[in-house]
Amino acid sequence: MVNVPNPVALAPPVYGSVPGDLSVRIRRSAEYVAIPFFALAVSALLFSVFLLALGKSPLEFFQLVERGGFGTAFSLQNTLQRSAPLILTALAVAVPARIGLIMIGGEGALVLGGFAAAVLSIPMVGHLPPFPTLCLMATAAMVIGGGWVGIAGYLRHARGVNETISTLLLTYIGIAIMNFFVEGALRDLSNPNKPSTKPLGEAYMVGHIPGTDVHWGLAAGIVLAILLQILMSRTTFGFAVRVCGGNPRAALAQGLPVGKLIVLCAMISGACAGLAGFFEVAAIQGRANASLVAGYGFTGILVSFLARHNPVAIIPVALLFGGIVASGGLIERRMGLPDATVLVLQGLTFLVLLVSETLYGRFAIFRVTGTVERT
Amino acid sequence: MSQAPALVVLIALIGGAIRVSTPFMFVALGECLTEKSGRVNLGLEGTLVLGAMCAYATAYHTGSPWLGVLAAGAAGAVLGAMHGYICKLPRVNDIAIGIAMMSFGTGVAFFFGKPYIQPQAPRLGALPLGAWTGNPQLAASLEVSPLLLLGIAVAALMAWAFANTRWGLIVRMTGDSAPAAKAMGVSVDLVRFLTTTMGGFLAGIGGAFLSLYYPGSWNQGLSSGQGLMAVALVIFARWSPVRCVVAALLFGAAGAIGPSLQSVGVNQGYYFFNAAPYILTLFIMVLSAKSKRAAHDVPGELSITK
Repeated sequence: MVNVPNPVALAPPVYGSVPGDLSVRIRRSAEYVAIPFFALAVSALLFSVFLLALGKSPLEFFQLVERGGFGTAFSLQNTLQRSAPLILTALAVAVPARIGLIMIGGEGALVLGGFAAAVLSIPMVGHLPPFPTLCLMATAAMVIGGGWVGIAGYLRHARGVNETISTLLLTYIGIAIMNFFVEGALRDLSNPNKPSTKPLGEAYMVGHIPGTDVHWGLAAGIVLAILLQILMSRTTFGFAVRVCGGNPRAALAQGLPVGKLIVLCAMISGACAGLAGFFEVAAIQGRANASLVAGYGFTGILVSFLARHNPVAIIPVALLFGGIVASGGLIERRMGLPDATVLVLQGLTFLVLLVSETLYGRFAIFRVTGTVERT
Repeated sequence: MSQAPALVVLIALIGGAIRVSTPFMFVALGECLTEKSGRVNLGLEGTLVLGAMCAYATAYHTGSPWLGVLAAGAAGAVLGAMHGYICKLPRVNDIAIGIAMMSFGTGVAFFFGKPYIQPQAPRLGALPLGAWTGNPQLAASLEVSPLLLLGIAVAALMAWAFANTRWGLIVRMTGDSAPAAKAMGVSVDLVRFLTTTMGGFLAGIGGAFLSLYYPGSWNQGLSSGQGLMAVALVIFARWSPVRCVVAALLFGAAGAIGPSLQSVGVNQGYYFFNAAPYILTLFIMVLSAKSKRAAHDVPGELSITK
């Protein structure tokens, strides 16, 4: 028997283009905008109470987030820099979510993808010109990342292994694999400080988007988000994925290749995260080392949930969280709060957001008469 | 050293199993209790870390490690109660809540734990069960934490209670069929709320072991993912508390492969052996996912195996 995935109630059912006037469509999507905003406001409120209880000023905190994340040209570029991997790792969560799977292996795919890119660069640097080298590196990162998360997709389909746990485990295994090679066979011995692979060198680094200090990863993330949005909402593949996510049994009855779709979604997920790893290596670090394990994969989960797994909505949410992450240092220095403050805020937001799932369909204002009600 | 390397490794493995298996045991027992009632708590990693922090802070301030253990349990119970309460809301997914609880618990622990990284807190004592052997290495390996014995006792109690008490029956029934429980007039939400809270309590105690016994200090890298593996351990143990103890010992031994090989001079592949528990978990999940015996033991309401 073919194993059917667990119909997780998280992915929003995307209605086909039911004929209806614009106001109906707006009202329908308003719910998906209003409730996440409400959740954000509630978590900001709760976090303010938390800060007040500690005798700190919430006003100062949010001012610092604003200044450290978005206030100056410098901080804005820092934010954009940090949102690039967040967009990609959030896409890594959003795509499988559409087929009803919660895959949280972005961190592992990011690390292995970045590592693969760095390894591939070792024999090429100095022999091939930069552009083809970088293209090959990006491809390697996506293939390795995709293959890695693809394992979880395959296990889900073939053996019914829960994809959330398997991706989590694969993440830790992936990090161990990188550490093993970076501290052993592939260690650059001329760098005694931190075990790393051989550096890429200035000439081979990914450049900045002209006129800014932001690397091309941001552009790649935005383009990929738009492409995936089109893939999910305008193609047969996307339609099949949504059918599987909505009702796997119906999908099977229709003869859709459920297993193949699951593995493909998992591979797209891993490829997105792997690409994030490539940019971390080729645009920021210049080499693969333990700095790749920076938690982007885990913040990406939150970003995708907040964007309700909508690829395009991920872009603004990633910018917001990129700003919060970027302002962490400033908050630490100015307010004397530990660096884990951002973690608390993220965890709280995530919780409130998931609790807000229960609000959907409860407000008459969003209800559209004459269409199928969500139950 | 004159002994054969194989013997040294074996002793180190047994010692490792005894030394590091306790947190595995507590999180597995906690998760087992929660899952028996038909719910999955994926957030035990956060519970474990917060428990470790609370235990260390309490022991430092009061001077009593046992009060620390209690505080860890209480902190875990609070996180468990949060999970249990949130999950009863309609359309809320227990697995996603688990991921959120994981990051929330770790965040809170790191936030409040910062001032406790430096100071020394009193630690839990050990019971020297190996004194009779006369072999100092073996004796060191057989030093047992009182929490390990407590864990085994809890496992035995749970196994007995599931099989022989009214409460055990109610938990199992809730886990196997919510409609049946409702028909019997049992509040499914209340049962699951209580089991998740109790499960959190146990996982918190597992955290206390980390900070008060072994490794015996508080820092941000204290947990090496024991909480994450809870779910897999329970699958491996096929939802039996007694088998949870066996699984925890096995995982403890797997985690000790790296350090024990290092003790005989094998330094290669340290990171691979570090990842051994994760690889083992994945392997077990692949093997057990479709086995008939697992299907027989699994609580029918569990979202994770459907």
